[in-house]
Amino acid sequence: MVANFGFLALLVALGCALYAAGMALVGAARHRPDYIESAHNAALLTWPLITLAAGLLVVLLVTDQYQINYVHSVTSRAMPFYLKITALWGGQAGSLLWWSWLMATFSAAAMLRKWDRDRALMPYVIAVTMVTLGFFLFMVVGFENPFARLWQLPSGDTAVGMLQPAGAIPMLLADGNGLNPLLRHPGMIIHPPVLYTGFVSFVVPFAFAIAALATHSADDEWIRTTRRWTLVGWLFLSLGLILGGRWAYDVLGWGGYWGWDPVENAAFMPWLTATAFLHSVMIQEKRGMLKRWNMVLIILTYSLVIFGTFLTRSGVLSSVHAFAQSAIGPFFFAFIGITFTISLLLLFREWEHLGSDHQLDSLLSRESAFLLNNLLFMGIAVSVFWGTVFPMVSELITGQTITVGPPFFNRVAGPQFAVLVLLMGVAPLVAWRQASARQLGRMLWIPFVAALALIGVLLAGGMRSVGALFGFGICAFVALTTLMEFWRGTRARMRATGENPMTALLTLIARNRRRYGGYIIHLAVVVMTIGIIGSQFFQQTTQGQVKPGETLSVGQYSIRYDSLSEFTTNDGRQVDRATVSVFKDGQLISTLNPRRDYYFDSQQAMTIPGVRSSVENDVYVLLVDWEPIAANGATFKIYLNPLVNWVWAGGFIFILGTLIAAWPDAAEARRRVTSAVAVAAARV
Amino acid sequence: MIVVVLVALMFSAGRAAAQGATPPAPVTDNDINRVAHQLYCPVCENTPLDVCPTQACAQWRATIGDKLAAGWTDQQILDYFVAQYGERVLARPSTHGLNVLVWVIPPLLVLGGAAVLWRFLRQVRPGPKAPAPAAAPPAGGGDEYTDRLEQELRKRI
Repeated sequence: MVANFGFLALLVALGCALYAAGMALVGAARHRPDYIESAHNAALLTWPLITLAAGLLVVLLVTDQYQINYVHSVTSRAMPFYLKITALWGGQAGSLLWWSWLMATFSAAAMLRKWDRDRALMPYVIAVTMVTLGFFLFMVVGFENPFARLWQLPSGDTAVGMLQPAGAIPMLLADGNGLNPLLRHPGMIIHPPVLYTGFVSFVVPFAFAIAALATHSADDEWIRTTRRWTLVGWLFLSLGLILGGRWAYDVLGWGGYWGWDPVENAAFMPWLTATAFLHSVMIQEKRGMLKRWNMVLIILTYSLVIFGTFLTRSGVLSSVHAFAQSAIGPFFFAFIGITFTISLLLLFREWEHLGSDHQLDSLLSRESAFLLNNLLFMGIAVSVFWGTVFPMVSELITGQTITVGPPFFNRVAGPQFAVLVLLMGVAPLVAWRQASARQLGRMLWIPFVAALALIGVLLAGGMRSVGALFGFGICAFVALTTLMEFWRGTRARMRATGENPMTALLTLIARNRRRYGGYIIHLAVVVMTIGIIGSQFFQQTTQGQVKPGETLSVGQYSIRYDSLSEFTTNDGRQVDRATVSVFKDGQLISTLNPRRDYYFDSQQAMTIPGVRSSVENDVYVLLVDWEPIAANGATFKIYLNPLVNWVWAGGFIFILGTLIAAWPDAAEARRRVTSAVAVAAARV
Repeated sequence: MIVVVLVALMFSAGRAAAQGATPPAPVTDNDINRVAHQLYCPVCENTPLDVCPTQACAQWRATIGDKLAAGWTDQQILDYFVAQYGERVLARPSTHGLNVLVWVIPPLLVLGGAAVLWRFLRQVRPGPKAPAPAAAPPAGGGDEYTDRLEQELRKRI
């Protein structure tokens, strides 16, 4: 009964979405505001309907309704209550329903904003968001229905479906499979919602961009309107990626946080184009240039978002044959193809109207620095894309599949990232339109010398890795140029107002949130890069079997196996928990408890490392669970990850910087409106 | 005659030395992982061989251990796995056949993009003179930048 209501709600929501899209376009074509109003209301109606459906699914999940196929596949009686709720996004069908709910939420938020200044765009925004929502609802309702039931056929086979097949009886299993143990971790609980929020939020700027094209608009209104959407979406996407890395580090047991796995790359590519877009729109806002390129970037970001969801959910990358077997694969492919083509056609129709208001004045200018920034982001995106799809290409052409792993991506993307980070330090100092090389040199020479000095110190200390030396040097350079920007601004403010340094600094940031928030993000990137260099270039590892009392050594650390305790928990797992002591240069510094959790319901094990974290490194101790684990001997794998915690610390600073940059500021908004008017007047 | 005997002795001594006269060092988990790290599990999806937990992977790692103990080099073991299971076991794509494309296309595309960018930047036509402070010959230190910043800030305070 509950399931039927849920399914019905989804069907009606699908109808509303398609109705809204159609009415909006017809209303725009025939200049019928009443049609558009109706479309607006239908779009709004999708939200309560999908919320109801999701809510009903959660009810089914927490009340152990195992006659529902999805509930059976992702929950079990032993699971704690909160995990049964998060199981909503623990499987394919629930995940797509969750995506749809997010899309409906963002669409509703877009519908509820004030449309006074850009009423003409609304029908097209409705059309784009509702077509996207409609597609995902169609996937859910047609192919991945979370409300489908399990039936037992007379022949003994199992069938899955909403309605009772002839002669079948409902299958009421006593217990479910339970959530994949890997998903029962705090990081995995919030990573999918956060990542999906990041993905879905980019549909709105895309919708506005398409609306601008459709209404022959050549101005920046759509960019200004969606700037905050884009920034918040980008924040969630960045956070989602960082959380994914943290989760992988905590539970996947290979001592790392990024494996260039196809699913990771699928989420990374839209982030790359979105970051390029965030920077590139500043040129359009300031100088009215690159309008066509910004359109290309947002169209690419949208397509990559859908493509990313497709790669993650359709299994296409395990094999091209799996693609054909999974029903949703071909549909996704077709949807991406059609939307991409229509977007490009709209862009080409408007191509002539989107000429630049100004020309480039000088090779050495902020504009050209931003263009170089875009080239590098696109270069990395293209490299990652190519490496990710190449196994598919190879299989299609030669029949033989290959693996494109970290050695490829590190070799190809690494140097591009290095140049990008370097540019990050230089570009903010380059003036708009025409910069003076001499002045730039004057601002850069101190950080440059300091970077060289650091490289010298590291060389003297014995570091020989060319990549790491360059990397650390670039980080020092960029950190200093960015901090000096803060210093210059603070000092200027102190001179102008007589404030003390702290007040001057805080007020400087508060009154120029976009700029200084951006600089804080740049500093965060530097911190994360330092962490990445340390953990990538200098990781040490060892593995060995030891009896109690024996030790394993890696670097300056020794790890001694002390004891093992075995027990069963009341949420359905058998735990083997080892106690190890960590010594540095002979001194005891920590006791850790790596453990192996074996989940009875899903018959899967998970190894949780014992980690000693410090600013300097992580001592990461894992039980190797494919070897025997016993009180009289166990195998451990130990990773020494230098500077890895700088990655997570940088992540926090990143979030802080984005919040500052995105925080609404009434005074700044007023200033920008007046300056926008002035810019527009100057262009006439 | 003596020369022939001496030469024969030299040859047989050389052969004895080549036939593993040095006792092999015991193979540790780290040695196995060193090789396994360069391989991917032949049957699982995107899992490096040194961290794959399945029984099959454990057997493959044992195979690596056996071969290392028998004196095989890392490259010989990698070649063996490729011969047995195909190119997909290598973490780093090889450079022959179609695979050369995976390495060559990204640099080509980036250089292509750079060429397009260069052509765009060459259309530089200096517009009306930029506001004086930006192009004026620098006076002393970063002060003139600071002056401009102070002016801007004064406008916004």
